[in-house]
Amino acid sequence: MLKNLFMTAALAVSLSAGAAHAADTVKLADVAELSGAGAAAGAVWHDGVKMAVEEINADGGILGKQIDLVAYDSQTDPQNSRAMVQKAIDEGTYVLLGTVYSSSTVVNMLVAMQNGMPQITGSESPTITAKNNPYIFRTAFGAQKGLPKLAAYLKNVVGAENVAVVWANTEYGKGGHDAFASVAKELGINITVDIPTEQAQVDFAADVAKIKSSDADAVFVYLTEEESARFLIEADKQNLKLPTAGDTVLASQKVIDLAGKAANGALGHVGLTTEAPIPTIQKMAADFKKKYGYGADHNAIKGYIGVYMVKYVTEMIGEFDRQKFADTLHGLCLDAASHPGILMDACWDNTGEMSRASFLVKVVEGTQKITATLPAN
Amino acid sequence: MPEFIQIMISGLSAGSIYALAAVGFTLLWQASQTINFAQGEFVMLPAFFVLALMSFAGFPLWLAILAAIALSVLLLGAIFKRLIVEPMISHGTLPLVIATIALGLLLKEAVKEFYSPLGQPFPSLFPQEVFVVAGASISIPDIANFIIAMGTIIALQLFLQRTRTGRCMQATAQNPDVAQILGVDVKRMVLYTFLINGALAAIASVLITPVYLAKFSNGEVLGVVAFTAAIVGGFNQIRGALVGGLVIGVVDNLSAIYFSAEYRQAVPLILLIVIILVRPQGLLGTAEGRTV
Repeated sequence: MLKNLFMTAALAVSLSAGAAHAADTVKLADVAELSGAGAAAGAVWHDGVKMAVEEINADGGILGKQIDLVAYDSQTDPQNSRAMVQKAIDEGTYVLLGTVYSSSTVVNMLVAMQNGMPQITGSESPTITAKNNPYIFRTAFGAQKGLPKLAAYLKNVVGAENVAVVWANTEYGKGGHDAFASVAKELGINITVDIPTEQAQVDFAADVAKIKSSDADAVFVYLTEEESARFLIEADKQNLKLPTAGDTVLASQKVIDLAGKAANGALGHVGLTTEAPIPTIQKMAADFKKKYGYGADHNAIKGYIGVYMVKYVTEMIGEFDRQKFADTLHGLCLDAASHPGILMDACWDNTGEMSRASFLVKVVEGTQKITATLPAN
Repeated sequence: MPEFIQIMISGLSAGSIYALAAVGFTLLWQASQTINFAQGEFVMLPAFFVLALMSFAGFPLWLAILAAIALSVLLLGAIFKRLIVEPMISHGTLPLVIATIALGLLLKEAVKEFYSPLGQPFPSLFPQEVFVVAGASISIPDIANFIIAMGTIIALQLFLQRTRTGRCMQATAQNPDVAQILGVDVKRMVLYTFLINGALAAIASVLITPVYLAKFSNGEVLGVVAFTAAIVGGFNQIRGALVGGLVIGVVDNLSAIYFSAEYRQAVPLILLIVIILVRPQGLLGTAEGRTV
């Protein structure tokens, strides 16, 4: 009798403790490329997410609730990412963070949309915000916004008339390739060599040789981090002297770390960089380096911003309501002065696309040097 | 023409490293009928030994490489034979094949879990200087990789043909029962084969990783390439594996330039199918009869 009484009491206490824990926390799911070909992007994104969550929790959480961050590994596999998104939704996440690879996001965002789940992604393929999904939001603008700036730079500053294009044959790469090809046509740039490459390709010897034998006077590279580094290493090995330009990834810190001196001279148009002369970004980058022992890149900043988007918008609506969250974020602008976690002034339109200032950079002796700051478009 | 020369040199450089892995494949098959589907992971792993020894033990690069080769000989040679091959070989080839597939997965996941899922930069062993020959840029790493890989294979071939131990290993591979009757220590010879495979994998690893970057998934590509090279060249001949590796390296690069960059990975596999249909013993292999 006494034993039963104790057991019932213990059960009641444990259940009420669990309920109290649930009431005091809000679940955030981060579905990211923690392994597989995209780990160089997803793992860094996730570290940015974790850092922001710890900061917010230390500062009292969101509307008084601590964030309970749960990580899900997509393994850089679109179908697995879809399953992980469904799992995160079933387990009661408030907002979904991730994925970074566009080929995964374009698949898993359908699941989030069907469930009315706001999703904050690090993907940059133009197709992501072109599918009339009212629940998808970017942390960096799509390639269709950045590439016109880069193409104009190649044409007007570098003086390139003929450009070789090397791109990843994935959703991400196709988006960048098509956006660049469209802008190049408008500007009268001739694409002399067009080279698709495979995800996780390791050998770029033939691709570089093909570019060398063409009459290109610049190279546009649209690959993911590790492939970009391998391309630059091979280009250095074959003494490719052409100006090599890319969007955010090519001149990112991760690529510089991997490619070493082969990255020197790479040109990039970057939406986010830790070298930006902006105090909020420099503080975030210093904190990140201190915490993890390696330098933040654009993916870390994107993950960090994503969590702060959740905080600011939720505090704006005053409750944890997914529909109100999505409705409020459409057409919203957040300034960094009163929302420091956003790092730079940013706006979202009705498709979830983002507008923000950007930078042209060149890699000099292993670091990004900003050559120009460009206004938001 | 400069493009062709460039591609041939790059292809031969990569192909000679593939040949190292393929030779290991054929050695294990000849000595113990072991088809090692973890061979790609065997090539992936030693680069992480080097990185770990440099970052955690503070070894200089040259010492880390020597230590990694020694570790590979021990772990991927002796321990692999003792813990995986010996218990499984008596159950036939198929269970052993499955065991090596499982081992490959274990090695891959272990590196991902205990080192990093991210690609890691790997120091280049040679100066990155380039010289121009007939309009083609020839890099010192490409030439050095080719010389070291070919030198290793030639040294192995000389060891097998010109030394008593090498001839005993060949006798063991050809007919272990007769070799034993003639006084050859068959178990020891088989062990030597596994040790050599561990060393070959380590050499291939330190040559290829500066360009491929050190990553847990590298074995997926390298394993398929080594297996394909061994089949194309001839699974029962070292010189066949050598030729197979070079052919795959060159064909892969030529197909990316002159056929299709999108389908470059398919071309070596098409070659594999053609070889199996037309010349099942491989380009330089010899036909083996089996009775039941």
